Amino acid sequence: MIRFENVTMVYDQKSRLGSENARPGLDDVTIEIDRGDFAFLVGASGSGKSTFLRLILREIVATGGAVHVAGQNVARIPSWRVPKLRRGIGVVFQDFRLLPQKNVFENVAFAMQVVGESRSAIRDHVPEILKLVGLEGKEKRRPDELSGGEQQRVAIARAIANKPQILLADEPTGNLDPATSVGIMNVLDRINQNGTTVLMATHDDGIVNSMRRRVVELSLGKIVRDETAGEYTSMIPVINQDGTRELRQADHSTWHKPQTGSQAFAPFDTEDDLP
Amino acid sequence: MKIGFILGEVGSGLRRNLSMVVSVVLVTFISLTFVGTAALMQMQVTQMKGYWYDKVQVAIYLCGEHNEGTNCTTGAVSEGQRGEIESMLGSSAVKPYVDSFEYESKEQAVTHFREQFSNSSMIDTVTADQLPESFRVSLVDPEKYQIIKELFSSMDGVDVVVDQRELLEKVFSIINIASVVAIGIAGVMILCAVLLVGTTIRLSAYLRRRETGIMRLVGASKSSLQLPFVLEGIVSALIGALLAGGVLWAAVKFLIDGKLALEYKDTAFISTGEVFMVAPWLILLGVILAGVSSLVTLRRYLKV
Repeated sequence: MIRFENVTMVYDQKSRLGSENARPGLDDVTIEIDRGDFAFLVGASGSGKSTFLRLILREIVATGGAVHVAGQNVARIPSWRVPKLRRGIGVVFQDFRLLPQKNVFENVAFAMQVVGESRSAIRDHVPEILKLVGLEGKEKRRPDELSGGEQQRVAIARAIANKPQILLADEPTGNLDPATSVGIMNVLDRINQNGTTVLMATHDDGIVNSMRRRVVELSLGKIVRDETAGEYTSMIPVINQDGTRELRQADHSTWHKPQTGSQAFAPFDTEDDLP
Repeated sequence: MKIGFILGEVGSGLRRNLSMVVSVVLVTFISLTFVGTAALMQMQVTQMKGYWYDKVQVAIYLCGEHNEGTNCTTGAVSEGQRGEIESMLGSSAVKPYVDSFEYESKEQAVTHFREQFSNSSMIDTVTADQLPESFRVSLVDPEKYQIIKELFSSMDGVDVVVDQRELLEKVFSIINIASVVAIGIAGVMILCAVLLVGTTIRLSAYLRRRETGIMRLVGASKSSLQLPFVLEGIVSALIGALLAGGVLWAAVKFLIDGKLALEYKDTAFISTGEVFMVAPWLILLGVILAGVSSLVTLRRYLKV
């Protein structure tokens, strides 16, 4: 469904090439996500998660390699066909991005109006989707009358209104409390069970660890881990030699830096013996 | 893409951006009014030329009792002198240039004068004695006026040779200067209008970036993304163009048809018919300018 072949994305090539911190957004990434998969994309901020998602949407075009979505090399799609590609991909964001002056029904219907669906199709289909995401009876509410979790459900409903084969979610639970997040994850899981490929970028280790789905971890633009039923830990407690404790970020980039020598024990870092 | 949906977007854009839309309407209105005025003035000149150039004559005014012209030393023109001038007009040297000529006596001059200035209070005070006798000469080619002037102005009994076309040319040159001024103002105003449409569309695109962002994500085509904005610019310009057409029509209707044409009955004036010839071009010009300006702006500020 989604296939990356040696994809490299270098932002602002001219100014970065000569600089010391020259570093691509994605660096020679090769991965395949199959139809019907549910995959988590994890990693620290700046690890390339958003770049990964934007490449799929063809908001940006890779500077090297090829991105295939639904069998098409997206770089080869002429610009006037890009909207057609995007109709097959639903997107959900951390900040919901609803239209404040439209009610729930209109927000979902907007996605269908934009692609030219008929009024009767909208009337039939929107209530179905709202039922799927658990928003029956709230059609007439405006976004500011809804809780965060409900707003995200509206956003998900809008994302799947045009029956996309792929659903991209960029930290959909980033603004929500854990209990609400579970509800959102249930909705995404239900959508996945209906056959939609779901790719979710997240920082939320609790969700990743409880879902036990495929986990792809990015660090500094490279894939450092790809497990079919993985876990994710963003913070590792470290006990220093002098007995103090601190939290260390589980960022692979820190492995390459020489430690200060004060570190004695990192209980959860299984690859601690790397140089 | 449903037309109703696009029109709804246009409507919401116009409402949200009302003050800018009003300024676009006004600037297009004023600039197109100037363009239209210049066009109408040129039409007026053409019309007057067509009408007058057939009629204008070279007038050879003959000496009256009180004339002090160099050829009028003997007082009023005598029968003999008049006969000489008449035979000169009929001679083989002059004939090729002359289409026709006629003699206008003092009495006829008074009659013509009264016809021309029928609604002026002057007519009652004018008597036949105050008006000169003249020969009215129509030329085959009005440009050859100089030849007639040279031949006749030195003849005895001739007071002065006047080319009526020269008087008209003065009027035309004033109208032409006015047209150039109008075109100049129109040019500056059109530039203003184009830039203002661009700014308005940019502001509109910025105000609606949330909608357009969502539209892009759910796969709106380029045309359905941009069309509402382009239409917004075009609708504003169209309103301005219609206002300009209306104002020109009213000006012609009430100032020319209702006033000038009544006062100067023997002058050919443009009428509202000409406004209907000019107005469609004004509307087309407004629509094209607004459309192009908004498309160019969107190319930079609203990418798909």
